[in-house]
Amino acid sequence: MSTRSYAAADSATMLRRNLRHALRYPSMTVSVVGMPIIMLLLFVDVFGGAMSVSLAGASNNVATYIDYVVPGILVMTVGSGSMPTAVAVCTDMTEGIVARFRTMAISRASILTGHVVGSMIQTMLSVGLVIGVSLLLGFRPTGDPLRWIAAITVLAMLTLALTWLAVALGLVTRTPEAASNVVMPLFLLPFISSAFVPLATMPTGVRWFAQYQPFTSIIDTLRGLLMGAPIGNSAVIAIAWCAGIALAGYLWARTVFNRGPAH
Amino acid sequence: MGIAVTPFASPALSAVGLRKAFGPLIVLDDIDLEVPTGTVFSLLGPNGAGKTTTVQILSTRIPADAGQVAVGGHDLRREPDLVRAAIGVTGQFSAVDNLLTGQENLILMADLHHLDRGVGRRRSAELLDRFDLVEAATKTASTYSGGMRRRLDLAMTLVGDPSIIFLDEPTTGLDPRSRRSVWQIIRDLVAGGVTIFLTTQHLEEADQLADRIAVLDQGKLVAQGTPDQLKAMIPGGHVRLQFADASGLESAARSLGAVSRHDDGLVLQVPNDGSVRSLKVLLDRLADHSIEVDGFSVHTPDLDDVFLAVTGHHRHQEVAI
Repeated sequence: MSTRSYAAADSATMLRRNLRHALRYPSMTVSVVGMPIIMLLLFVDVFGGAMSVSLAGASNNVATYIDYVVPGILVMTVGSGSMPTAVAVCTDMTEGIVARFRTMAISRASILTGHVVGSMIQTMLSVGLVIGVSLLLGFRPTGDPLRWIAAITVLAMLTLALTWLAVALGLVTRTPEAASNVVMPLFLLPFISSAFVPLATMPTGVRWFAQYQPFTSIIDTLRGLLMGAPIGNSAVIAIAWCAGIALAGYLWARTVFNRGPAH
Repeated sequence: MGIAVTPFASPALSAVGLRKAFGPLIVLDDIDLEVPTGTVFSLLGPNGAGKTTTVQILSTRIPADAGQVAVGGHDLRREPDLVRAAIGVTGQFSAVDNLLTGQENLILMADLHHLDRGVGRRRSAELLDRFDLVEAATKTASTYSGGMRRRLDLAMTLVGDPSIIFLDEPTTGLDPRSRRSVWQIIRDLVAGGVTIFLTTQHLEEADQLADRIAVLDQGKLVAQGTPDQLKAMIPGGHVRLQFADASGLESAARSLGAVSRHDDGLVLQVPNDGSVRSLKVLLDRLADHSIEVDGFSVHTPDLDDVFLAVTGHHRHQEVAI
């Protein structure tokens, strides 16, 4: 009974289990989609008028504020999708069921793979929903289908990266409450980036941070792909960040998980 | 080395020189165990003795620091997946998925054992029926009572048809009725040829179920044998009589013969096996002599007595692991 030959079957079983959890207890999934949509409404309809002033003169190739802000909102959607992942992983580890899995002749990796694939599906569905709402609110992207595919690929890469990071964070935290707290920065970091206002409008220190943090390069890449704004070297930096975070998150999660129970 | 080992003679489980420490705390100190196939082996000991750690090591959850262990004929270190395929584990803390229904939990196990879809569904239905969970099958496990949860836990362990089952304190926290039903399940399993490795804090439970008992104290095996051998090592039960005054104590001591008396507390301890017949004899004799007794209690030997007998000290308070 080789473990390897069953890795795919076991991962599919674990994926079914995680999706069933999400369907049965949708409140967290709903809040994951709800939060970015509230942000979108808030920034477009409430702050939008004031915000467009800051866009004047910036070479973003955007006609309205909503066209500027949607790429940032999409990244935020991916960021908030990491919360249910971390909470679900942490909850799993504190319950006895994973202890049972560890004594069964199954592919151990399937436990984490099931979480990662399940979270990717949920987060990408959320992204799709947020794109739909944006279009209804007047978002008018200029990108052709090829650029759309590229944009979705970037979002998928970011999702993979943040999901592995969230899995690792879920493994090292001891309570679901703590898990939901440690992933908060993933949701908040986009605020200090080019998501809502151009970097040029920020004071020097903040601008320096915003310029070099991962989300700015990813948002600029998305904006370039969807709105035809100049991308420059942002795409390369964005891909490097995603690959780096994904690899680090994966290795961290694998190490912590294989170390086994604390006692 | 020409040591002939026939497959029939190989034990279900054997451990030699098992050691485990968590930092400076030695949890298991040179443990040797052997469990013949088709028998019930009970590891008896108080909280913190190392019972759960032993189960965790033998069931491949955590590695041992040293020792040779074979489970189901497979080396624990070299072939953990073959060991896992042979065993089932029901731990002290319930290992069910609280967000799934009882039925979904069982089908999850069937899928992870790679059973055919139809076979898995049939097995789940059988187990739900056998463990009296048919009505609760479509309710989520989080709504189950402690006894139901333990039954579901056991049913999940049985989906893969294991030949060796580890039960870590399977009746802790259960009411007497649920405890008896778990005992019956264990007896049925043994009748079906399964080997059981059971840990418990209760002498009575080990006595009821086990072919062989090993007593674990602070990470060391302090006694091993059949329940009868073990009970022969400990003092028998007694009846404790409390008197209102010294004259009552005096006349009772005279009429009852061989007793141990504690004049300070006005207490007599009369050897007695606690059976109805011997209690009646004792009560009749007290009535014949018109002796007034203030308090009366029956004491049967318990884990405390075992520990006192085999270690010379009372069992320890909880040791944090």
